[in-house]
Amino acid sequence: MQNLTTTMSNSTRCAACKSLRRRCSQDCVLAPYFPANNPQRFACVHRIYGASNVTKILEKLPVESRSDAADCMTFEASSRIQDPVYGSTQTIFKLQQQIVQTQYEIAKVQAELAMHNAQQQMHQIQQQQDHQNQNHLLGQSSLMNVNSAASEQEEEFHYLDQQQLGGFYH
Amino acid sequence: MGGNSPCASCKLLRRRCAKDCIFSPYFPPDDPHKFAIVHKVFGASNVSKMLQELPVHQRADAVSSLVYEATARMRDPVYGCVGAISYLQNQVSQLQMQLAVAQAEILCIQMQQEPTLPMNQIDPVDEKSLLLSDTNFNNLPQYLGFASSSSVIQDPPKRESLWT
Repeated sequence: MQNLTTTMSNSTRCAACKSLRRRCSQDCVLAPYFPANNPQRFACVHRIYGASNVTKILEKLPVESRSDAADCMTFEASSRIQDPVYGSTQTIFKLQQQIVQTQYEIAKVQAELAMHNAQQQMHQIQQQQDHQNQNHLLGQSSLMNVNSAASEQEEEFHYLDQQQLGGFYH
Repeated sequence: MGGNSPCASCKLLRRRCAKDCIFSPYFPPDDPHKFAIVHKVFGASNVSKMLQELPVHQRADAVSSLVYEATARMRDPVYGCVGAISYLQNQVSQLQMQLAVAQAEILCIQMQQEPTLPMNQIDPVDEKSLLLSDTNFNNLPQYLGFASSSSVIQDPPKRESLWT
């Protein structure tokens, strides 16, 4: 019976308790987040943080936040194993670099856009001015036509008058 | 350090600070908080093991990054550094969208100005800038859904600023 109990507790131990070779109690803090079918996950956090530190950190958190916390610690621990010098801060640094680079690219494109807009505005102003000049010239030439037409008419009347007058004098 | 006052770690751990103490170059006695925070999150023995596995010239940077991560974890016990990563990923996404919109605008203008030109003669949009996510974050879990935390972010860039 005792052997059966031991066997049962062996098979239901979480990865943490299996690794630490201890009995996995019903209220084991680590069990929900370090299942037996993924021993690598616990090995990772244990190597970097240590089981007791992980337990302390999780115990201080509300239950609903523990899963996220365990995931984040697993990510940071595996980053640290991959990069023992910089760990997950390497990712932060690369993202910061990427932000700076993208901001620079945006500024470049916006400068180009501003230039295009300025050129377009200049072109529109030039067009308006040309249009105004054209209208002015048209106005002047039509005025000249009217004047010359008026003076021609005047001459005609004068000639006619003279003829009529001439008719009187004859 | 051994002859003078013990380093911050040996002081906290209440032990004799040996001449070859692995912590003493990086945890001076005038900054006890630095070691306290690292010890709280990682544990002194884990930090010692990590430093021993590194060549001497890399240990200072390793300590700085450990302090950074430990500080992030203290400020944000749930997400730690990952909160900062998530926040920055969001920022990158937004900026990339902004860039794509601006580049599309430029392309429109170019097409309006040179409508008869075939596509391959119009100034190609910089492929590199369109593929700014070329940094391999393939193994980075997408924590965009997590509450991204800006509380751990210092004012951006420069690697040096990470350590201040």
